[in-house]
Amino acid sequence: MRPKVEVRSLNAWFKANHALRNVSLTVPANTVLAIIGPSGCGKTTFVRCLNRMHELVPGARQSGNVLVDGQDLHARRVDPVNLRRRVGMVFQRANPFPTMTIFDNVVAGLKLNGVRGDYPVLVEKSLRQAALWDEVKDRLRHSAISLSGGQQQRLCIARALAVDPEVLLMDEPASALDPIATARIEELIRELRESLTIVIVTHNMQQAARVSDSTAFFYMGELIEHGSTEQIFTNPRESRTEDYVTGKFG
Amino acid sequence: MNSLAARRAVNWIMTGLCALALAVALVPLVSLLWLVISRGFAGLSWSFFTAIPAPVGETGGGVGNAIAGTLYIVGIACAIGVPLGVGAGVYLAERGDTRLGDAIRFIAEVLSGVPSIVVGIVAYGLVVIPMRRFSALAGGVALAVLMVPTLARSTEELVRLVPHALREASLALGVPQWRTSLRVVLRTALGGIMTAILLSVARASGETAPLLFTSLNNQYWNWRADQPTASLTVQIFNYAVSPYNEWHDKAWTSALILLLLVGSLALAGRLVARRRVR
Repeated sequence: MRPKVEVRSLNAWFKANHALRNVSLTVPANTVLAIIGPSGCGKTTFVRCLNRMHELVPGARQSGNVLVDGQDLHARRVDPVNLRRRVGMVFQRANPFPTMTIFDNVVAGLKLNGVRGDYPVLVEKSLRQAALWDEVKDRLRHSAISLSGGQQQRLCIARALAVDPEVLLMDEPASALDPIATARIEELIRELRESLTIVIVTHNMQQAARVSDSTAFFYMGELIEHGSTEQIFTNPRESRTEDYVTGKFG
Repeated sequence: MNSLAARRAVNWIMTGLCALALAVALVPLVSLLWLVISRGFAGLSWSFFTAIPAPVGETGGGVGNAIAGTLYIVGIACAIGVPLGVGAGVYLAERGDTRLGDAIRFIAEVLSGVPSIVVGIVAYGLVVIPMRRFSALAGGVALAVLMVPTLARSTEELVRLVPHALREASLALGVPQWRTSLRVVLRTALGGIMTAILLSVARASGETAPLLFTSLNNQYWNWRADQPTASLTVQIFNYAVSPYNEWHDKAWTSALILLLLVGSLALAGRLVARRRVR
């Protein structure tokens, strides 16, 4: 399969703390990669490197290459702003813009950049993709914070989809949600795979098993093992992976 | 000792003491309001709002030009001070973790402690002397200098309160830093910043000392920024120090109008800040 994202010997630091050590992996197009591992293993840092959000933290550095469609988007001359339009992100905690309406939140990525477009059509499309349309279609002019937590997270997904990214990074998108909202988001991930490439960080191994095609296990900033989800969960090569997925530690 | 009755008694006493403290704190406020209203209300009339001051010895007349002048001078002060103060505040919050930021913060702190009459002298030296005349512009500059430091510090605090997650949300959508600062962070803090602006406007419109030798006074209507301009505060001062009883009454009525003006500005600000999306 065609590689969508290629990571080559990626290293990341927070000041002196070496948070990611020489990580290399490939994500084929239209697949879901799940990142698992215990807290502090570098999962979040890894996805934040992919869209260069990592470098916004004071004292943070990274080295190595991240290629999207074979093009190095981490070269110094590439504007991270353009990269982030192609590689969208959904955060652990829903973060809709509180001063904006539901409608404006969805098109925020275009509006804030001064991009014109057929907003109503785009809003409906994005909200349908995020499986939120039926719940909010009658109150698009209400404040985004009038929604429940699960709805807010789906709104954030719609917002990320509205800028039409090729890759979607999800940092524990369901960790603050109840089981019903979680199930909806997981269903959504499976649908979105048709049009996107997804990298999802999760603490929940059942979730990784349910939604992903391949799984990468991180430990202490290193990529321990990366393989098809089935193989990682049924027949891991590394003993540390086995210990983690069977719940012996972490 | 720790029986329910004892704890209830302590609770009751403490609540009483708090209520007492509130009542004591309200005494100066209420008495001030009462004094101004009772002394000033009799003089209120339509012509007091619209007419210009009558010459000595004549009855009637008003402070219409002074009301307009105060609004005019404060308007000039806002035009200069609000962009500077809010801009400096946003800079301090977003990029202020440097030595330059510390220096600006320190200067703002020193500046906000400078007595207003000293600010008036500075504006006199900066604007009045080069222009060779007292002017509304000089008054506006003096008031702007008073507004900027407090506005900068309160804007900084308000911008820092905006959750980091919102900045990240915007940046992750491919919105550049500067647009994020202006259209997400500043927008989110806007309600608070409006209140801060109105507080500083209210403070500025109550200043007399910096206007005494900058905008001076004017017996007539004036809309030119390079001419001396009447203001309510200087007018109150002039009426109050005059030897005529009639003028003392006018000082009280003018004070009432000033209170109403500042009060309605504050109220308007609250309403503007509250009118958000639902």
